[in-house]
Amino acid sequence: MSERVAGRALPLRVLPVTALAGATRALGGGGGRHLIERHARVYRRTWLVLASGVAEPLFYLFSIGIGIGKLVGSVKVGGATVPYTTFVAPALLATSSMNGAIFDSTFNVFFRLKYAKLYDAVLATPMRSGDVALGEIGWALIRGALYACAFLVVMLAMGLLRSPWSAAALPAALLTGFAFAAAGMAATTFMRSWQDFEYVTLVSVPLFLFSATFYPLSVYPRAVQILVQCTPLYQAVALMRGLVLGAGGPALLWHVAYLLIMGAAGLYVAGRRVSRLLLT
Amino acid sequence: MDAGTALTGAPTGAPRATTPGWPFAFRQFRFWLTDYRRTWRGSIYSSLLNPLLFLSAMGLGLGSMIDKHGTARLGGVSYLVFLAPGLLAATAMQTGVGEATYPVFGSVKWNKTYQAASATPLRPADIFHGHLLFVTMRLAMNCGMFLAVAAALGAVSSPMVLLALPVAVLTGLAFVAPIEAWAVTRTTDTSFAMIFRFGLIPLFLFSGIFFPITQLPVWLRPVAYATPLWHGVALCRALALGTATPGASLLHVVYLLAVAAAGVFAGQRTYRRRLYV
Amino acid sequence: MPDDSPLIRARGLVKRFGTFTAVDGIDFELRRGEAFGFLGPNGAGKSSTMRMIGCVSPPTAGELTILGLDSVRDGAAIRARLGVVPQEDTLDVELTVRENLYVYGRYFGLPRAVISERAAALLDFVQLADRAGDQVEPLSGGMKRRLTIARSLINAPDILLLDEPTTGLDPQARHVVWDRLFRLKRQGVTLVLTTHYMDEAEQLCDRLVVMDGGRIAAQGTPRGLIGEYSTPEVLELRFDPADHDAAADKLTAVPATRREVLADRILLYVPDGDATLAQVRALGLDPLTSLVRRSTLEDVFLRLTGRQLGE
Repeated sequence: MSERVAGRALPLRVLPVTALAGATRALGGGGGRHLIERHARVYRRTWLVLASGVAEPLFYLFSIGIGIGKLVGSVKVGGATVPYTTFVAPALLATSSMNGAIFDSTFNVFFRLKYAKLYDAVLATPMRSGDVALGEIGWALIRGALYACAFLVVMLAMGLLRSPWSAAALPAALLTGFAFAAAGMAATTFMRSWQDFEYVTLVSVPLFLFSATFYPLSVYPRAVQILVQCTPLYQAVALMRGLVLGAGGPALLWHVAYLLIMGAAGLYVAGRRVSRLLLT
Repeated sequence: MDAGTALTGAPTGAPRATTPGWPFAFRQFRFWLTDYRRTWRGSIYSSLLNPLLFLSAMGLGLGSMIDKHGTARLGGVSYLVFLAPGLLAATAMQTGVGEATYPVFGSVKWNKTYQAASATPLRPADIFHGHLLFVTMRLAMNCGMFLAVAAALGAVSSPMVLLALPVAVLTGLAFVAPIEAWAVTRTTDTSFAMIFRFGLIPLFLFSGIFFPITQLPVWLRPVAYATPLWHGVALCRALALGTATPGASLLHVVYLLAVAAAGVFAGQRTYRRRLYV
Repeated sequence: MPDDSPLIRARGLVKRFGTFTAVDGIDFELRRGEAFGFLGPNGAGKSSTMRMIGCVSPPTAGELTILGLDSVRDGAAIRARLGVVPQEDTLDVELTVRENLYVYGRYFGLPRAVISERAAALLDFVQLADRAGDQVEPLSGGMKRRLTIARSLINAPDILLLDEPTTGLDPQARHVVWDRLFRLKRQGVTLVLTTHYMDEAEQLCDRLVVMDGGRIAAQGTPRGLIGEYSTPEVLELRFDPADHDAAADKLTAVPATRREVLADRILLYVPDGDATLAQVRALGLDPLTSLVRRSTLEDVFLRLTGRQLGE
């Protein structure tokens, strides 16, 4: 049956149809790993752009180390007094995990959704909308892990890792990335135009500035403290700081639970919304 | 008159003036203004909110710790007062670079409104100047709103700070003109992320906005002196704190003007090369 | 699967978007190896129907079975066996030509070795082997279309869905696409396509449905439809514009199954064009030009869906 074109057999009927269908059904949508494979392939050509993302939080860290740290001196945290740079570094790690995840899951996803029509092509295959959500969030995590590792190496070199619990900082960074990537992707499915991305900034900038990132929670009046404690980046910062400075204890598990729930809810909404948007 | 003539448009009078120059640039400016009418609400919101957030988080929040530790390095003023003029110059840079990259690139690559405009009597230079006029307006708006917020938060010590407004706008233009001249030549937008990552962020962090430049290692200081942002920050702060001297001020202004003028000169050429292919 | 069961079976298929009804209760059946066409003006409901068949658009009502599976419940399993060429190319512009096939094959969960082998053969098949390493963006419209077709074949589909496969292509590119589709048909691939080009439908389709306003206006083979909805021949007459109206009046005396008076021409639908032309001249009318031609699907189409713009 196979026609010979330019000396090569056309592969249309090479597999018995039933065997092929069985194979693809067993593999299902791949849980998004094929989408991750696609992104990895794209970034193989622009890996320098990807890798340069490492630089951003490091610039902040150096600026604080050279400059602001000297202006502030030291900070009391959990009974101990630590240099300001030591205080801020874990918060910067949490923040950069958030920023990376939000960028990947909002701008990039929106572009693929509305302009590149990537998911239209993907959903014409056995992949499902849930696979799209998993793939995008998975990719954001892989990228986040890369940046977190680099940042942790610098922290280690600068002597900013104060506790053996710092070993858990990488998973904590990934958890932070997961929570924000899932929430970001869910939010993206509600965006109508680039104008709506003002809202992303509107949320992420205050989180970055006010989540006890640059100064301890005690600076705020009590009412504001409670408000800040309810926000997700504060949870991530507190978790990271607790691990790195060894000032946490079992209470850190509450932060873990918060971020897990946030990520799961985001994933659920994102999967549903991608279906509603594309499978019309 | 039947439909045919209405469509082909028989000449109805003398054509409008066709001498190129600023009236033409003004037409392009009006285009951007019309475009901006769709989005100004959101942009005003963030123009007011961003200074409010940064000044209160860094100026007041972080500032409360710095002021407690001692402000000798800052010249004796509170951190909020030290920070505000620097952030003013940074706001101009950020607004300007934002307007000079994606909107310009999009106009040649995505919407092709530049190609549409160049099919009219407008010359590439008019198109360029028209956008510069629009960005100047945006810079003045954003810097003005920044100063209003700063004044409301008590970050301003004297009315002399009003002189910092034109300086900030000029700082913005020192970024806008050269970057725009370059952005119009791009065929992909990947390098913009690099400009932000390796240009804007280091400038923002190491140009004396958050801490005096004397804290930088000695070898790094000349780099800071060479950047337009440092000149903008230094002059804005000197004017705001009332420590400006005529000699130093003139030097800053001349430097910023020279960079902006070089950008305009380059842009006139790159616009022509890109639009007349 | 026994070969006599329909590959696609639709009963009372409806698609609504809010209050707008795109597809309004259609029935059709498709058998293995057929080339089946949906014809209709823009907005007739062709693409909505195709999206439902592609299992990316759940029907509002009715029943749709594809390859014996339910289109909603077994969407992923059906899609594994479909090839889709959407109306607008959804090629991945961040990947090269070859990578487009490769990554798409991975979406189907195919093993890497299988994809590599197929991709090479498919690029030959659509005459893009020499562009394999190039980016997609600079390809011409015809090349992109061929690449989309190659991509849709990477999973060796049972059914190939083509939504307006040649819209926007130049004549050379259209003929290349037709040639490739014709070869696929010969290999036994079942083709489902939408088009508003009558020549395309006549060239490629064994069976057609004409859609208008979300409903099926007619269905049959191209020849059958012409026999049923038009006359064997059409006489086209063109007069001096000054005489056009008077000639139209006079022509009512000439027997014809149907006549159409257009702004520039008068069309008479008749069994024998030459005989009718003789009758016209016998009336003393002297057209500037006259043309006797066979009826085409276009005549059927315009008759069924009207000459007015539907949108």
